[in-house]
Amino acid sequence: MTYDERLQQVAVLGAAGKMGSGILLLTAVEMADVSLKPENKGKTYVLNAIDLSEEGLAGLMDYLREQVLKIAEKKTVTLRKLYAERADLIENYDIIAQYVNDVLKIVRPTTAMETAYRSNLIFEAVTENKALKVKILKQIDENNPNKPWFFTNTSSVPIHLIEEEAALKGRILGFHFYNPPAVQKLVELIVTEASLPEMQQFANDYAKALRKIVVPSNDKAGFIGNGHFMRDALFGINLAKKLAADRPLYEAIYMVNKLTQDFLVRPMGIFQLIDYVGIDVVQFIMHVMNPHLTDENLHSDLLDQMLKLDVRGGQMSSGAQKDGFLKYEKGAVTAVYDISQQKYIDVTGFSDKCDQQLGALPENHKPWKSAVRLADKDSHFSAYFDAMKKSDNYGAKLAVAYGKNSDAIGRKLVSDGVARNHDDVNTVMLTGFFHAYNPVNNFFA
Amino acid sequence: MQKQNKMQKKLYMTAGYNTISMGTGRKEFNPKKTRPGLEHYISEAGKGVVKQIGGADKIDETVIGNFMAARFNNQAHLGGFAGLIDDKLENKPSLSVEGACASGGLSLISAMRSLLSGTAEVVLSIGVEVQNTVKAIYGADVLAGAGWFQKRKNGHAYFFPGQFSDRAGVYYEKYGYDYARAGMKRWFVNAIENARLDPEAQEHHNVTADLAGLYDKMKPNGRSFVDHLNVLDCSKVSDGASGIIVATEEGLKKLGIEKSQAVEIAGWAQITRNITKDPADMVELTTIKKAAEKALENAGITIDQVGTVETHDCFSIAGVLATEALGLAAKGKGAEYVAAGKTSRNGEMPMNTTGGLIGWGHPTGATGVHQAVTIWQQLTGNAGKAQIKLPENRPYGMTINMGGDDVTVVAIVYKKG
Repeated sequence: MTYDERLQQVAVLGAAGKMGSGILLLTAVEMADVSLKPENKGKTYVLNAIDLSEEGLAGLMDYLREQVLKIAEKKTVTLRKLYAERADLIENYDIIAQYVNDVLKIVRPTTAMETAYRSNLIFEAVTENKALKVKILKQIDENNPNKPWFFTNTSSVPIHLIEEEAALKGRILGFHFYNPPAVQKLVELIVTEASLPEMQQFANDYAKALRKIVVPSNDKAGFIGNGHFMRDALFGINLAKKLAADRPLYEAIYMVNKLTQDFLVRPMGIFQLIDYVGIDVVQFIMHVMNPHLTDENLHSDLLDQMLKLDVRGGQMSSGAQKDGFLKYEKGAVTAVYDISQQKYIDVTGFSDKCDQQLGALPENHKPWKSAVRLADKDSHFSAYFDAMKKSDNYGAKLAVAYGKNSDAIGRKLVSDGVARNHDDVNTVMLTGFFHAYNPVNNFFA
Repeated sequence: MQKQNKMQKKLYMTAGYNTISMGTGRKEFNPKKTRPGLEHYISEAGKGVVKQIGGADKIDETVIGNFMAARFNNQAHLGGFAGLIDDKLENKPSLSVEGACASGGLSLISAMRSLLSGTAEVVLSIGVEVQNTVKAIYGADVLAGAGWFQKRKNGHAYFFPGQFSDRAGVYYEKYGYDYARAGMKRWFVNAIENARLDPEAQEHHNVTADLAGLYDKMKPNGRSFVDHLNVLDCSKVSDGASGIIVATEEGLKKLGIEKSQAVEIAGWAQITRNITKDPADMVELTTIKKAAEKALENAGITIDQVGTVETHDCFSIAGVLATEALGLAAKGKGAEYVAAGKTSRNGEMPMNTTGGLIGWGHPTGATGVHQAVTIWQQLTGNAGKAQIKLPENRPYGMTINMGGDDVTVVAIVYKKG
């Protein structure tokens, strides 16, 4: 079966979800582009968008129409060539409308999982729950005569476990998009010992067609991205608890968040990142990873307590940030949750005091937004962290320790056999987490 | 030797007014917010002129130049908006004229014809376009109407940038890429620097320190735009209107306006080539050349007596080619002429002193009138910070307004009244 033939019958499971909808969008556009090649004229392409939520599927189609329209408006120069033979399509308006139609007509929104029984390729983006994934994939595979390939978007469950329990015999690999899939350039690709070579080839071709950067990760729970983030997050949580010996925990959380965002020049502080991903998701991924780790305990009581109080973070369907450890107004942090009083405390009451305790940033500090655009980032960060190491500030000392730990996490991912090399770790953190500099570096030595 | 001026009657322009050229670049512009519509712009420009002549009762006729309100704003029949400017314009002649991006120029010409035929003494000429109603990719469809629709199918997504990109491509091939780009770059830099001096200009707020560096960084890329031009080579997508009074000597007297506050129309020409034919010469704006020659001949002067020119630089390459068409530079030498600074505001022939279409903005149907307003400002000392000083022996100004790819051209020669 060729690449084009494989793409004639595809399904996305969990298509109305945050990740599923993005995967569906990218796949629908790629399938439409394949279907529009002259040699594929007259062939039918089907993309089943499967989800349990009727409401979600209705919203999904609105989202798709809007996004495909934007994509079409951006690539009209190419589309005019693609429809060169269509005498009836003259203006950009005609061509864009036709393309939107050609993409959407491929997509079949449905709650019926049975539609995947005819698919050649199945993207799985359901809840991060191994038992559920195994149950669904097994059922589809038993009823599908095509010996389909399964691309799972799991971000933490070892792929070989799903493969074994669902009896998929080499027909599954991890194809881990980053959120949001339509924007994020990174894909982590995880194969098992049995993964079919031709399936791996297809996965690479498909990623290339989507203009994604592929980083291979070994099949160890959490892979590279979450392997780094979860440990980094736990370090931040534990640091906050330590700082709380001398001050209320909410002040400590504020300080660690500021430390990671400003001193370490990251796009957001570590507590904001936990909120962004969702406190429940972070707890769940740690829970999935932990049994597979022998020399560490990836678990946080604080996350458990927050969830017990139903403070969850995550995002609204509009993409706006929900309150978690921190409270947000128009994207800015305005308060921190005080777990003992079970309410948010306005930062204006304590931020000056905490900022003073952390001390000033090194003079050559540049915020993430401008640092990330520098042509010679290496020399800037080298000078910046040198200045930080020389500083006696409390904040500078904490940041250096934090940076050292982040570096050690990266190195351990390689020595544990999760990542092939330091470059792969760095690529994941730079492209998937938008870090401005390599987490594995020599800045803190 | 002074040649014969062929104007049958002395005609004047006065009381020019420009709205802001609204669009990307202006601080006030927010594509997500509702903006003033077509009616606002016609009304503001009209009222701006009427105020300067102390009321609309002495205006005999209104002419509105507009290209594509029928598509940009779903509105045709613009002559009907004269009464919106002022009650006293109702129940008098009012009409709209269209000649693509030369619609503004045609509005002036139409006014002049009424004056010459003796049916009016004072005519209000308006040009207007409101284009930010659609995204640029759809705006390209609308503007493509300035070409022959039979050619649209095989044209570029951005049809007109595509047409002038092709011209630029041939120019590069004939005379050298770096040579040509140096001239086009200087044209862009001049445009922005001049626009900064005019508070109504779309690029008035532009603060980029290194314009030339910015231009060098943006290499033309055919995958996302056109092969031979970058976006800085292109005029703006603009909402705007301009208005001016065109009057006979008698009319000017009736208005009580001194000749020193008016410009005299020394000569003019309006010619149109066959829209269904491709340009005979890709590196020559032949229609502009013919129209300019005729206008100068009618004025009885040569280009050497002209002190400043407003030319239709819808694209930087059109600016360069215009210097050749006007006879300022020899064929193929336009890029050198511009690169040497000869068209800058302190140069030998200051061109587009308020930024032109690239710097001031290009509300398509308004541009021809805007050019006349700029020349009126310069020749009467009303150009504010953008004011240049014309040499004593070169007291004339000139405008070149082009519709389509060198299809309809209006050329007008002015002198101080």
